[in-house]
Amino acid sequence: MNLSIKHLLGLEGVPRDDINAILDTAFSFREVLERPIKKVPTLRSITVLNLFFENSTRTRISFELAEKRLSADMVNFSASGSSLAKGETLRDTVQNIYAMKVDVVVMRHPVPGSVKLLSQFVDAVVINAGDGTHEHPTQALLDMMSIKEKCGSLEDLNVAIIGDIRHSRVALSNIYGLRTMGANVLLCGPPTFIPYGVESLGVKVTYDLDEALDFADVINVLRIQKERQGKGLIPSLREYRNVYGVTQQRLSKLKKTITIMHPGPINRGVEIDSDVADSEHSIILHQVLNGVAVRMSILFLLAGGK
Amino acid sequence: MVVKTKSIIMDELALRRTITRLAHEILERCKGTESIGIVGIRTRGEFVAKRIAQKIEEVENVQIPVGVLDTVMYRDDFRIKSRLPKIEITDIPFDVDDKILILVDDVIYTGRTIRAAMDALMDFGRPSAIQLAVLIDRGHRELPIKADYIGKSVPTAHYEEVQVMMQEIDGKDEILLVEVDQ
Repeated sequence: MNLSIKHLLGLEGVPRDDINAILDTAFSFREVLERPIKKVPTLRSITVLNLFFENSTRTRISFELAEKRLSADMVNFSASGSSLAKGETLRDTVQNIYAMKVDVVVMRHPVPGSVKLLSQFVDAVVINAGDGTHEHPTQALLDMMSIKEKCGSLEDLNVAIIGDIRHSRVALSNIYGLRTMGANVLLCGPPTFIPYGVESLGVKVTYDLDEALDFADVINVLRIQKERQGKGLIPSLREYRNVYGVTQQRLSKLKKTITIMHPGPINRGVEIDSDVADSEHSIILHQVLNGVAVRMSILFLLAGGK
Repeated sequence: MVVKTKSIIMDELALRRTITRLAHEILERCKGTESIGIVGIRTRGEFVAKRIAQKIEEVENVQIPVGVLDTVMYRDDFRIKSRLPKIEITDIPFDVDDKILILVDDVIYTGRTIRAAMDALMDFGRPSAIQLAVLIDRGHRELPIKADYIGKSVPTAHYEEVQVMMQEIDGKDEILLVEVDQ
């Protein structure tokens, strides 16, 4: 039951057995979240440092809850109000905190690759909570857990990822994970949002939303990241909604039902309409609960052993 | 690894009789089936628990709620072993408050699994009592824990193992005392 990986830096290159072990264990931990006392003593001797150099609501709360549910001790750090303002480097900040004996470091950072760098100079288990536009592996794992729960298996399932692929770490982690698990992945969005050469990752690309919906058993709708994009990638949010917005009107033209996912936060009325996001085929809130379970699973599998 | 069989502790027939007796002892001591819930400890305790429940059902014509418990999250030894144990799903589909819970396992040895199981059960509510039923008590307790219902007490040495095989998972019913040469 030991994973072959020592850190969770991304899903690139993570073998299928590891992903299966993480998902299976996550289903066992989710049961804990439904008990009257939602806490187990499993990681009582472990200390986790949550380092957030970027804003986050659900990922941060989800990690904190996962740590608390496992009885780990936790220390939180946010970039604002820290010594970073005094000019300390990432390396010095982390090595100083690490010197206080922590076992696991969970980090979100705006620079792609920062998590890998961190793993090279601390001896703790490092978990990526999002590094810039690179990867967000725990999000992809909870997405896969939610799909598995709904559809039974990921093998040969058709998953369309719709929206701003280029700026999305969620998309990249999903592509790696879903491909490893044998799902077929189609990316859909305006050409300015699709990275050049992305087909080399074993995915297909379309610029036509109706074609993507026609293909898909599951759609993962990404947020339009207003804060990340330069000007001129899309003419306007209104035009984006008209061409790429997932609406009930489009879905009702199909002769099948599609499972709807969204990693949040949702821009209702832009990439997805409220009635779609809140429909019975949406598993958006399952994703949130599964997120805590998947993070418990990763913490246990990476830090629980000797 | 060489496994040498030293003796047969129970064959199929003996196992069936033992489960029948355990079911009757539980009924006698709990004065009926009211407020009983049975919880089996994974892996083989689950099947022992289901068989006891089935036997009680045959005798009393009452269905007893049965749950399965995985104790890994509460164990004290996974940090000293080199391989992490797999965590399976715990499923206790009934309210444990004010129930007499019969905790069922195949073998009791150090008592550490039972300690973990009791801690886990307490997180599901407040049972009125927890009692313990085991097929085999092999001695060597490390904690002050003792079973209420025992199929058979078997004196063993530390280097021996009690190998319980059950139809549901092993394809046959048999309990052996074996010696394992690493």
